[in-house]
Amino acid sequence: MADPVKQFQIEPIVPLDLGIVDLSFTNSSLAMAFAVGLSAALFYAGTRRLSLVPGRMQSLAEMMYEFVANMIRDNVGKEGMRYFPFILTLFLFVFFGNLLGMVPGNFTFTSHIVVTGALALFIFVAVTIIGFIRHGIGYLRMFFPHGAPIATAPILIPIEIISYLSRPFSLSVRLFANMTVGHIMLKVLAGFVVSLGLLGGIVPLAAVVGITVLEFFIAALQAYVFVILTCIYLNDAIHMH
Amino acid sequence: MADDRDRRSALDDLEQRIRAARGPDKTGRGPDDDAPARGAGMGLGMRISVELVVTVAVGAGIGYMLDAWLGTAPWLMIVFLFLGGAAGVSNVYRVVQGLDDSVGLGRAIEAKRRRDAAGTPGTGTAPNDKGDEGPDRG
Repeated sequence: MADPVKQFQIEPIVPLDLGIVDLSFTNSSLAMAFAVGLSAALFYAGTRRLSLVPGRMQSLAEMMYEFVANMIRDNVGKEGMRYFPFILTLFLFVFFGNLLGMVPGNFTFTSHIVVTGALALFIFVAVTIIGFIRHGIGYLRMFFPHGAPIATAPILIPIEIISYLSRPFSLSVRLFANMTVGHIMLKVLAGFVVSLGLLGGIVPLAAVVGITVLEFFIAALQAYVFVILTCIYLNDAIHMH
Repeated sequence: MADDRDRRSALDDLEQRIRAARGPDKTGRGPDDDAPARGAGMGLGMRISVELVVTVAVGAGIGYMLDAWLGTAPWLMIVFLFLGGAAGVSNVYRVVQGLDDSVGLGRAIEAKRRRDAAGTPGTGTAPNDKGDEGPDRG
């Protein structure tokens, strides 16, 4: 049976070793380039011939745009629209990364915690900086619940700090785990189809079909969850309740 | 320009007609809204499970690093493991209660209480006891 985790193997396509860092162009980079290229192509095709009554590509691009814009307006408010370009980029990158991973043979770069971790850490650092810029040292007040008895501070403050610091981890682990688990599950079940033969293989085949649909759904859902949590964190930093 | 304005007014007219044809029941949720709701439930479950695991791990990690720094192994790690567990539970609590994912549970509860009080008068409870929030949330 094929190795179910072999699909996550990073393979250099254009080796480029600079001694200290390995800057090879890998299959992961290729998948990222696909995702970026596809989102750029979508918006290029969507905005090439603008009309009041949108065509197919234009309405697709508009749908993406409005989906993210509404998400920010609902979760962050008007001030959040300053960060709209970043959040739209983030959404498209994760969304197309997840979806392109469903193309057989293509690499799923969101199944690597290095990638999701880098995205989440960037968001975490950016949100923290935004919070400190907007509220100054007062941003630290959010670590102590307003109105709680001062005696509870030694317990509450570490708890709040831990839950703040756990954000980048939960953000990255969630996306990474979902994508990895889904792809391994598909591979293992598909292996059962082969090893059980013509008659017995029908049951796992049905499961594979169902899970493939589920995986498409999860690909979209996890991109959405990733971005909406970014919005929630941004809202926290901007408004502090 | 005038042509564009004409088209725009025609579009407005069309929009009005569509709204009229749709009838007053615009906010009512049809039966086909079931699938997104299930998706949201799955997302919620995923969030909760990850939250519980991650906060414990982060707490233990902080404790471990503090131990390595201060040379107090293993005490701080044990303390922070439990604090991480507490943070996980409080995170799950705020996710389930729809208090966003914000840091500052008391603050979030207060904000929600204010929202509730503003939205539906009568359900807002007296904000005197901050400690135990469990049963009085609607």
